[in-house]
Amino acid sequence: MNLSVPDLVFYGVALITLVSAVYAVFSRNIIRAVFALLGTFFGMAVLYGLLAADFVAVIQVLIYVGGILVLLLFAVMLTGNIETAQSSNRSSGLWLGAVAGMVLLALLLPLALKTPWQQSGAGEYTQTTASIGTALLSSALLPFEVISIVLLGVIIGAVVIARHRRAADMEAGK
Amino acid sequence: MIQVGLGHFLVVGTLLFTLGVVCVITRRNAVAILIGIELMLNASGLNLIAFSHYNNKAVEGSVFVLFVIVLAAAEAAVAMALILAIKRRLRTIDVDQTSSLRG
Repeated sequence: MNLSVPDLVFYGVALITLVSAVYAVFSRNIIRAVFALLGTFFGMAVLYGLLAADFVAVIQVLIYVGGILVLLLFAVMLTGNIETAQSSNRSSGLWLGAVAGMVLLALLLPLALKTPWQQSGAGEYTQTTASIGTALLSSALLPFEVISIVLLGVIIGAVVIARHRRAADMEAGK
Repeated sequence: MIQVGLGHFLVVGTLLFTLGVVCVITRRNAVAILIGIELMLNASGLNLIAFSHYNNKAVEGSVFVLFVIVLAAAEAAVAMALILAIKRRLRTIDVDQTSSLRG
């Protein structure tokens, strides 16, 4: 029974990730739930680092913590009644959720643990940024270009949907 | 406690995915449903990176997860615009009360 430092880091970070995910799922207060997600996203970044994916770890912090989490907070602040934040995360269908979660765990956990996954040795801990850049401009060039069109569509679509239309415009059918 | 291997990461991914599904099913606040979707996307990303790492390939899984992250950000932006529009029109983001399309 000798645990190396990466193993200890894994167990600690996995615990933090899962505990804050549980809090985000079951918290009655939506603002607390969003802030609990901070722990999950940072934990995921550390797990990516443990798996030698340094670039993805940095991107995880930049986009999830810096982008999506702030977006979620904006959504909460712009839609919720701050005074009644205590009961702003009503839940129902708890039985259905519990049954679905149990069935999913019973199916997926044995699948993850018992299947003889193909493994050919752990990868080395080298920097991956240069090879990711090469891959994005050679083997993954088509999806790379397609996703830029997707992003353009998302920008225009989000603005069109969220734009505040005046009543006169809506009557004129604009 | 044994040496950390592929199975450990898969278990973490499984638990995160299950939590996301439970969140989507039980929550009635549209923002909370968005949180569940993000948890599920994170779980899938962890699995992809874990498989790629334990098959001696650093790049393939990373590229895949980068695309997943970009699409997650796009989805969050559109979802927030939709939530704001629904809030403005119906004065609520409780998905049980937004039932105008129910027959």
